[in-house]
Amino acid sequence: MRLTLHVWRQSGPSDPGRFMRYDVTDVSPDMSFLEMLDVLNQQLLSRQESPIAFDHDCREGICGACGMVINGRPHGPRHATTTCQLHMRMFPDGAELWLEPWRARAFPVVKDLVVDRSAFDRLIAAGGFITARTGSAPEANNTLVPKRDADLAMDAAACIGCGACVAACPNASAMLFVAAKVSHLGLLPQGQPERGARVVNMVDQMDAEGFGACTNHGECMAACPKEISIDFIARLNRDYLTATLAPKPPVKEFTGAA
Amino acid sequence: MMELRSRAPEGPLAEKWEHHRSAIKLVSPTNKLKHHIIVVGSGLAGASAAASLAELGYTVSCFCFQDSPRRAHSIAAQGGINAAKNYQNDGDSVHRLFYDTIKGGDFRSREANVYRLAETSAQIIDQCTAQGVPFAREYGGLLANRSFGGVQVARTFYARGQTGQQLLLGAYQALERQVGAGKVTMHPRAEMLDLVVVEGRARGIVVRDLVTGAVASHVGDAVVLATGGYSNVYYLSTNAKGCNVTAIWRAHRRGAAFANPCFTQIHPTCIPQTGPHQSKLTLMSESLRNDGRIWVPKKKGDARPPQQIPEAERDYYLERLYPSYGNLVPRDVASRRAKDVCDEGRGVGPGGYGVYLDFADAIARLGRHVIAERYGNLFEMYERITAENPFDVPMRIYPAPHYTMGGLWVDYNLMTTVDGLYAIGEANFSDHGANRLGASALMQGLADGYFILPYTIGDYLAQAKLGKLGTDHTAFKQVEREVSERVDRLLTARGRRTPDVFHRELGRLMWDKCGMSRTAKGLEEARKKILELRDEFARDVYVGGRGEDFNQTLEHAGRVADFFELAELMCRDALDREESCGCHFREEFQTPEGEAKRDDARFSYVAAWEYAGAGKAPVLHKEALAFEAVHLTQRSYA
Repeated sequence: MRLTLHVWRQSGPSDPGRFMRYDVTDVSPDMSFLEMLDVLNQQLLSRQESPIAFDHDCREGICGACGMVINGRPHGPRHATTTCQLHMRMFPDGAELWLEPWRARAFPVVKDLVVDRSAFDRLIAAGGFITARTGSAPEANNTLVPKRDADLAMDAAACIGCGACVAACPNASAMLFVAAKVSHLGLLPQGQPERGARVVNMVDQMDAEGFGACTNHGECMAACPKEISIDFIARLNRDYLTATLAPKPPVKEFTGAA
Repeated sequence: MMELRSRAPEGPLAEKWEHHRSAIKLVSPTNKLKHHIIVVGSGLAGASAAASLAELGYTVSCFCFQDSPRRAHSIAAQGGINAAKNYQNDGDSVHRLFYDTIKGGDFRSREANVYRLAETSAQIIDQCTAQGVPFAREYGGLLANRSFGGVQVARTFYARGQTGQQLLLGAYQALERQVGAGKVTMHPRAEMLDLVVVEGRARGIVVRDLVTGAVASHVGDAVVLATGGYSNVYYLSTNAKGCNVTAIWRAHRRGAAFANPCFTQIHPTCIPQTGPHQSKLTLMSESLRNDGRIWVPKKKGDARPPQQIPEAERDYYLERLYPSYGNLVPRDVASRRAKDVCDEGRGVGPGGYGVYLDFADAIARLGRHVIAERYGNLFEMYERITAENPFDVPMRIYPAPHYTMGGLWVDYNLMTTVDGLYAIGEANFSDHGANRLGASALMQGLADGYFILPYTIGDYLAQAKLGKLGTDHTAFKQVEREVSERVDRLLTARGRRTPDVFHRELGRLMWDKCGMSRTAKGLEEARKKILELRDEFARDVYVGGRGEDFNQTLEHAGRVADFFELAELMCRDALDREESCGCHFREEFQTPEGEAKRDDARFSYVAAWEYAGAGKAPVLHKEALAFEAVHLTQRSYA
């Protein structure tokens, strides 16, 4: 296979960046998308040109490190598939592809296709957890969890934190990411005590990070490689409303350390 | 002179840990605040340790090379986590889990550590459930279990095929809670490039900021390495691309003994290679062996599609050779038998290095929906990679490097031979002997991080009487200089071959000579060739770009350089161990049936290697393994 790539090259946050054209030959249909980029990078290095920077690690679709916009779609054309699991057999011979980083104010570009997603970590730190000090846990089977609830919590917990939802959203909102965590923990009995505080703190943090608001486009769900449903956004909105309309709004406080 | 003191407590096996925990020194709550602990790595072991230490009141700094601690490779573990809960009432117990683990490891692990692991297992499930890990449940709301290779009870807890992900997110969330509370400072995209030892004690690390390239020191009262395994020495493995040996190798060079480096696990169920572009191998969870049947054609070179090969012309070789365990034999056995049938010319798929894992019978027996519920996400992943649907045609699988039982030598407190330096999770050698059983890695990582290290580290800190140090101390300045020089050397070589080219060549060599099957001759050849390659690397590598930049080729080059040194030690260790045990299979030492033949009289020890300086032969120290509670037997799964 032959391909024409237009790759976003940007040396750092202050560089305005530009597309550069690369012709790639001898692409095998059995290659993964990242293996195709590996081959190109080896060629660039052998010509003493600078290789294309992109994040990747597990290459099994679970670590969430990889991700780029391919012809306008985060993670490319295949439904429910991360960039690393996308294979070249999905593209016709001679295809012309435009590769860009996630574009969002809250995800500044580090270099080329690499962005800084630490805002997601700060969202989790703001409330995306259940406070369960090591050593304090009760016997696991003391709390029964209906299979239906456990399964639905698992559907939400499957989020890999890649950021495709943000990249796909016209508002660069992180609603699907936050909703997935709020729902995962809020569906379980263990997550009830902090349910109100969690949703309020995470939504506040989302605003502080510069993510946009949700206006129900549904692009996030279409781009999500783990098929996280926007039903969870409805669940987040309900939880947020319940928490903020409650007689005493939850006080922002950290109960982290001992 | 290095001394190996296991510090395994006296007394009956079942009382050792309880007794030890009550006897070791404690650090008072006010003093905990004053101690700064450095944790390198944020996988199951690192994240759980960093979170638990911070909850206890210590000040913690945690480092990872990924952009977020949530991406550590523990996330990719699929199958599950063992615990001796006996929820299935099938006769499981702490002793049984202990025995299965020590037998699975072919009697090459330390009894006291393994027992403690089994003892701690139940608590891990409680802890993770309390954090909101969505384990699979039965309709009545109780936790569900399944069985795994090498055992005859169902003690494995799981969250679909994403158990590692869910356990890691639990630990990551606990960690982020402490970040939010200001108790942990997280340093993502930071790679530890060296350890700083002052007056015989680990006092800090030197890291390179992977975004700016800046090299900087961090001072601590103790350093915990939770940096995972080194399967990527083979280039192609199931590990993430970034997994590397650098942190523990640099610690080894600073005085930490490296134990059993040749004990590397080759996992039987991975997707076969497709071509020279292959960048990694993908694991298909071992849980698939619960319902899938492994077979190859009886006839050599039988190229018919699998559906056209009649039942009578198939060889279900594991069921034939091991009637009581069948497809659930331990990983080392399943891998070697797959290699045997492929070497005989009966392998399937392009290149002939694959065997079938067939679900047709299970689908007929249980229905498609049951199989879909159990393995749906794995089947989808297989289909995405191979363009074949396992509901219609059998999967093709082949063994691949997956896990390294070897690692830094640690005592019962998980401390290495350098005072104040700890190694936890896959980075240490302690619990799996010569072969790890399925669903035990997650158990060990979390046992070390949540329930063992947080206690044992206090024993050292309470007694160490550490003085105040700054990064301006000469020892730190010296190590920083050495790190910068190493980085510069890689950048200034300006040769013709990329680090990737060298890494692939090293990997192929190790796979051929120090992989599933080893001989004295092959290992000697490999050692020689490694040294040649290493010299070529130093002269002829091309990295390009600058050090003060985000430079992924430079990161890779540094890791490959350390893999070269490790590879040589692996071959030396494999050569020295003139027996076969678990995953270490020396062709010269086998039973008439082709099983691993141990030599307990000569090799019932842990081989702990001391670094003796560049170009000098490392010194072997032996920790004799004494077994009080188990009787050493030849493993039999027939």
